[in-house]
Amino acid sequence: MNKQERNTVIRAKGLSKVYREGATELRALLEVDLEVRTGELTLLMGPSGSGKTTLLSILGCILRASEGKLEVLGEDVSLLAESELPRIRRGAIGFVFQGFNLFPALTAAENVALALDVRGVRAGEAKKRGEELLAEVGLAQKARSFPADLSGGQKQRVAIARALAGDPPILLADEPTAALDSTSGRTVIELLQRLARVHGRAVVMVTHDPRVLSFGDRIIHLEDGRIVREEKSVMGAMETSSVLEVQSAAPAMAPEVSI
Amino acid sequence: MGLLARRNLFHDKVRFAVTLTGIVFALVLIIIQFGLFLGFTTTTSNNIDHSNADLWVVFHGVGYFDTGRNFSERKFYQVLSTPGVAQAEKYMQAFGRWKRPDGRVENIQVIGFHPGSGLGEPWNVVQGSLADLKQEDSVVVDELYREKLGVQKIGDRVEIGDHRARVAGFTRGIRSFTTSPFVYATFKSSLDYTNPSSSENSTAYILVKAGAGVSPKELQERLRARLADVDVYTTAEFSRKTRFYWMFTTGAGLAVLTAALMGLIVGVAVVAQTIYAATMDHIREYGTLKAMGATNRYLYRVLIEQAVWSAVLGYGAAMIVAHFIVQASERAGAVILMPWLMSIGMLFLAVVMCVAAALVSINKVTRIDPAMVFRG
Repeated sequence: MNKQERNTVIRAKGLSKVYREGATELRALLEVDLEVRTGELTLLMGPSGSGKTTLLSILGCILRASEGKLEVLGEDVSLLAESELPRIRRGAIGFVFQGFNLFPALTAAENVALALDVRGVRAGEAKKRGEELLAEVGLAQKARSFPADLSGGQKQRVAIARALAGDPPILLADEPTAALDSTSGRTVIELLQRLARVHGRAVVMVTHDPRVLSFGDRIIHLEDGRIVREEKSVMGAMETSSVLEVQSAAPAMAPEVSI
Repeated sequence: MGLLARRNLFHDKVRFAVTLTGIVFALVLIIIQFGLFLGFTTTTSNNIDHSNADLWVVFHGVGYFDTGRNFSERKFYQVLSTPGVAQAEKYMQAFGRWKRPDGRVENIQVIGFHPGSGLGEPWNVVQGSLADLKQEDSVVVDELYREKLGVQKIGDRVEIGDHRARVAGFTRGIRSFTTSPFVYATFKSSLDYTNPSSSENSTAYILVKAGAGVSPKELQERLRARLADVDVYTTAEFSRKTRFYWMFTTGAGLAVLTAALMGLIVGVAVVAQTIYAATMDHIREYGTLKAMGATNRYLYRVLIEQAVWSAVLGYGAAMIVAHFIVQASERAGAVILMPWLMSIGMLFLAVVMCVAAALVSINKVTRIDPAMVFRG
């Protein structure tokens, strides 16, 4: 097993997702192969409706693929029962959302502690760890603030602290800088990059934001539910490492409607 | 999770007030409707239930209290001579006409009994005493009907069926189900007031007390075997027959029962809608919890705890409101009863309604849409 294989935490093979509504089929994802590795910040890019969020949802074990195989930390989750998926999410994955999804009734520290409560950590310990995580994202002084009293950037950092609460090897972020000004956006992307490169986590981030491109270790481009191009950062410059040809039968295979 | 449940509930005070108002409204509605229903049924059989008798001997075919029909007092002596009878008293119920001091006439129900006998006496006497009834032409009425009967105090004089009468006392809370108030008098006076031509040697009812060691059922069988042309009921049976008559034979009872059931349905709908809306307000948060790896069991516990808090607090507030309404009803024409069993039942109902409504809404969370979680 080479180093690249050792670092692979998510291995997706032939992932497809079809939504059915009555007689209509919505093909959101088509035969996607992907590996996600620790120590890398992977950016998922593509136009609206290209399947980025669907792919992120499947990688995060929130949504099941219609076809294909998905391994998370070596465990084939495609074979697991629905009731097993929360265990995978708790143990392996942290989520960061575009809209922060913080609980407005809880303070910053309580928001982070809640992620530990979900994992069965006792209240006192969860509170202490919550404050430590906030300190790690530079928000120690905001531990007792409610989300309504925080700026967008601060909210996203609280959300990142919450995502780190279970010490997951994988972080999945959905456009985490989209709602932020340039300064806050830069702080957040730097934090995510540090979590990948310094702390050795695998970070996958859906983005439309051109400001963050230079931070990515890999950029995966999706169109119409397929990966059409992958770029890798080599010595700070992006190199296209592969281009997946759209099959000649593309018109027949193209999604009727993509989301 | 307890923290999340409580904070979600109390954080948005306006939302919490709306939720609580919905629950309180629903519970008070149910309490009032069922309280009215209970008050109605209880009022119809009040005199029977407070009679302190074990058995009632009534003219054959009389199905309920308000249509007493006289029969010979020979039956009374037959009853008295039956082994196992400790006490028997003649008892009268008949409609009469009450002429107020200002000349207006009101219909009344005259109840004749033997003061001091302990059987068939009015209860809750708050002014005067039953002993004063032994003075000729004295009556006791309920203070609820002071205005209707045109009397204010002890000593006020009226006419009943062209006989003079004097108010000797007032009771509290003895309502008549009909529009005719009860007027209590001695057995002899009641005959004079309602049917002067009738013989004193007749009675509408005989109230019987069983002796020590004799069960009412056993005595009932003995009396049935000895007495012809009359029916013998235990107090519970006659009470039930009277209630049943008013509840199901007349439209009035069904109307009250229907209103009570409608109150329950509307109340359940209001609570369900209120809790459902409160849960749906936080649906995105529950979706986030689910994405974070919370199990359905965890989400259920958060929702149930929140629903139980809502139910208990709503119940507490509803009981305070209901208490004032029940108290006010004691001075009004229609009584609303809230026995302790109903109070406990309401707590159970509140919790069940709130939890059920919350669990219905959680279906939305368990069938999570990832787009909902990921989109800002």
